[in-house]
Amino acid sequence: MSTQPNMVVGQSRAARWAFNGSVLFLCLWVLVPIYLLLSNALSAPSEVTAFPKKLVPSFDTESVEFFLYFHGVGKALWSSIKVAFITMIMSILIGAPAGYALSRFDFRGKNAFRILVLMTRAFPLPLLALPMAVMFIRVGLDDTIFGLAIVHTTLALPFAVLITYSLFSGIPIELEEAAWTLGCNRVQAFIKVIFPLVLPGIAASAIFAFVVSWNEVFAAAVLTIDNRTLPAFLLQSLDDAPLHLKFAGGAVMVLPALIFIFLVRKYLFAMWGIANR
Amino acid sequence: MQNRMLPYMLLLPATIFLLVFFVYPFTLVAWQAFATDEGELTTKYINKMASHWKFEKALTYTLVLALVIVPIQLALSLLMATLVSSMKRGRDLILYIWTIPLGISDLAAGIIWLAIFEQTGFLNSLLYSTGMIAEPITFLGYQDKGTIFLAVVLAEIWRATAIMLVILVAGMGLIPKEYYEAAQVYGANSWQTFTKVTLPLLKPSLQTALILRVILAFEVFAVVAALGGTNLPVLMGEVYNRQFVLQDNHTAAAFAMLILLISIISTVFFMWSLRTPKGASI
Amino acid sequence: MAEIQIKQVSKSFGKVVALHSIDLTIADQEFVVLLGASGCGKTTLLRIIAGLETATSGEVHIGGKRIDHLPPKDRGIAMVFQNYAVFPHLTVYENIAFGLRMAKLNQSEVDRRVNRTASMMHIEQLLQRYSGQLSGGQRQRVAVARALATEPEVILMDEPLSNLDALLRMEMRAELKGILAESNTTTVYVTHDQVEAMSMADRIAVMHGGDIVQAATPVEVYRNPAAHFVASFIGNPPMNFVPAKKIKDGLWSVAGAQISGPSSTKNELQFAIRPEDLTPKENGLLKAKVALVEPLGSHLLVSCNIENNLFRVILDSDSSISSGDILSLQPMEDRVRWFDPETELAV
Ligand SMILES: Nc1ncnc2c1ncn2[C@@H]1O[C@H](COP(=O)(O)OP(=O)(O)OP(=O)(O)O)[C@@H](O)[C@H]1O
Ligand SMILES: [Mg+2]
Repeated sequence: MSTQPNMVVGQSRAARWAFNGSVLFLCLWVLVPIYLLLSNALSAPSEVTAFPKKLVPSFDTESVEFFLYFHGVGKALWSSIKVAFITMIMSILIGAPAGYALSRFDFRGKNAFRILVLMTRAFPLPLLALPMAVMFIRVGLDDTIFGLAIVHTTLALPFAVLITYSLFSGIPIELEEAAWTLGCNRVQAFIKVIFPLVLPGIAASAIFAFVVSWNEVFAAAVLTIDNRTLPAFLLQSLDDAPLHLKFAGGAVMVLPALIFIFLVRKYLFAMWGIANR
Repeated sequence: MQNRMLPYMLLLPATIFLLVFFVYPFTLVAWQAFATDEGELTTKYINKMASHWKFEKALTYTLVLALVIVPIQLALSLLMATLVSSMKRGRDLILYIWTIPLGISDLAAGIIWLAIFEQTGFLNSLLYSTGMIAEPITFLGYQDKGTIFLAVVLAEIWRATAIMLVILVAGMGLIPKEYYEAAQVYGANSWQTFTKVTLPLLKPSLQTALILRVILAFEVFAVVAALGGTNLPVLMGEVYNRQFVLQDNHTAAAFAMLILLISIISTVFFMWSLRTPKGASI
Repeated sequence: MAEIQIKQVSKSFGKVVALHSIDLTIADQEFVVLLGASGCGKTTLLRIIAGLETATSGEVHIGGKRIDHLPPKDRGIAMVFQNYAVFPHLTVYENIAFGLRMAKLNQSEVDRRVNRTASMMHIEQLLQRYSGQLSGGQRQRVAVARALATEPEVILMDEPLSNLDALLRMEMRAELKGILAESNTTTVYVTHDQVEAMSMADRIAVMHGGDIVQAATPVEVYRNPAAHFVASFIGNPPMNFVPAKKIKDGLWSVAGAQISGPSSTKNELQFAIRPEDLTPKENGLLKAKVALVEPLGSHLLVSCNIENNLFRVILDSDSSISSGDILSLQPMEDRVRWFDPETELAV
């Protein structure tokens, strides 16, 4: 990644202060709200509704425990993990071959496929939940983990295709060709040369698919009743649940996301670099 | 190498998947919006949608929210991307911090801002302990449309600027730095460099970012649900109510078609207004 | 035995015709260089031999066996790529061993061959490093070692030295030639550097616009170019051309001078001579007006004008000439060549 030459900094003291000040402010802007949520989640239920509120939590796990033992939460959490996991597997298994084909071959219809993938961006995908609800009733997939995972895969698949496309494009074809001339067939060359090189990137796009599914609210809420995921559960208890339950639930949703974004941070930019051309 | 069929075999699963679970369902939803269960074409669901008392409000709020949020996010993400690109140390850490909201769902973001705006929340606590108010204010009550709106705007800006930032930073990474150097050599100051070099070369990324972001803005739902319940009607919330609460999936489909329509209009608009002439890309 | 026969091989990419109809036979253990300007189809031909590209039509035989339907791994070839393609996730040792492991050789044999080729290429001390820890020249050595380790019958190289600096290139040129001669392989080597081609090749195949124009020894290609293109491509500076009109059978008028030449049915030919094959002489046949004198140390490169044709002469560096002078030059008779301007072939 090339960087723009130093134009903002280095001109004057005032400019440097303005620069550092804005960076600091924007960091706080992102971090403070998360801190406040976590602080709430780590306070006892009575403190959550107390006024005025203290900035430092009492590190009481009662709210979180209450949330985790609340009726239906354990199941919802488990459903969320299952759906996200299936989504992750499906989007990589279906998306990566397509990404490979796009990066390595020139063939008739390539552009049509790319347009199909890019078109998904112009559509509000959560709306798919409506027709899917009808389709799933017909084939008996209504209110199932797998049915929801299919909808989530539709959300994650375009990303999987484009990310793996850019990953494979980043590996010189000569490496593969060298393997062929050294005695590999296509599959062996892929396993021995390409796969080890793209593995971290594939893992990143898998995690990305996981996060997409983990966070998805609308389709989950529309498509599931018994097998509600955590976001669907939270959404449906917004009206009647006590505050500390909401905050503990929010924190449980946010924490994995923090870790995941940390894990894939290197790839976030690489994948958008090529994916939007 | 050999085997002309190989690319097609590799694409087949993804193509089938997208046809069955993306293209076909969208035709289905259109059918639901315009046809009865018996298969007769009708506009009655569209009329039902349009004559509902919440319809106009939901449409207006959705559009106005997008209109307020997206320009601010565009400016903010451009600023952040520029700051990051002229940073020497700590760049990775700052980028990580700024992209954290990317992994946070809209519902969680709503709950986060609820912690700030609710009656016993942090904003009230702050105002109270600095002596600016004598007792907590209700920000999110059913009469406080203005503050709910503001809270939603803040939460959305907080949550969804990251996606634009990522796209723009990635796009800037593709611009060779020689262009900036050339501009400087020929006497452009930093603002001119930004408007005459960065922005035009960033057009494809801006386009992607705006298309993506505006469509997400039309889908706004969980943030609003968390902060305002049903006090601030938006289109996606109406879809949810029709489909899930009222089990009226025809009208839900009609609302869906409306969201689809404004999404497509905005996409076409950005494709056209930010098009790059053939051969003028990097 | 690994004789390579290329029979009427053609290749198009959509509308672009990269190779017209190539015929070339490369003898066992011969070192053939494919030489030509950028885009003339050298890489394409090499990749068709390797099996990385499928010919649109034609046949490729190696060792008497038709192989153009076989995948690269079954052709008994090894290839060195222009960017080396050293696997970044493997150590140098594992890179060199890659082909041997694919062939399922036992560990002691792998060890023996890796060490042998590594010492041949002087990279024994690098065996545990990764590609990212090597310089360009070292990477190039690894790529060659990896190819040699499989003891292939045919080695294909696509501009293997083009990414090296001039000095290193000269060194590697000599070294590679020695090593390849020792290893008894048939070599096809692509380059657009004619000095490289001249110094390494047993035979040069000069390519132009998807055709092989001439395939002959370096001296032959230099002395007796088969076509106008070869004459104007090879040599630095290349051959001079002056139009010639027929006076009578076997006698031609070149810039006013009468020069005996081939008998031909054509009325016009081109007279051609290399810049170093002319001597200044009083009453020489050709009169040339000097336009530019470039002292190059060992000699003078003099650009002149003969009937509005650029005409270059290489002269002793102690001759005193300045622009505007009229030179009188005598061509060496046995070095004069003639080309037909219509077919562009040598007469
Ligand atoms: N995959 C391809 N698709 C379309 N055209 C191609 C492809 N590969 C090569 N060509 C065209 O075929 C012709 C020959 O290309 P080739 O790579 O063989 O040239 P080359 O002699 O190796 O040139 P260079 O010295 O620059 O490497 C060129 O006109 C090139 O544009
Ligand atoms: Mg080439």
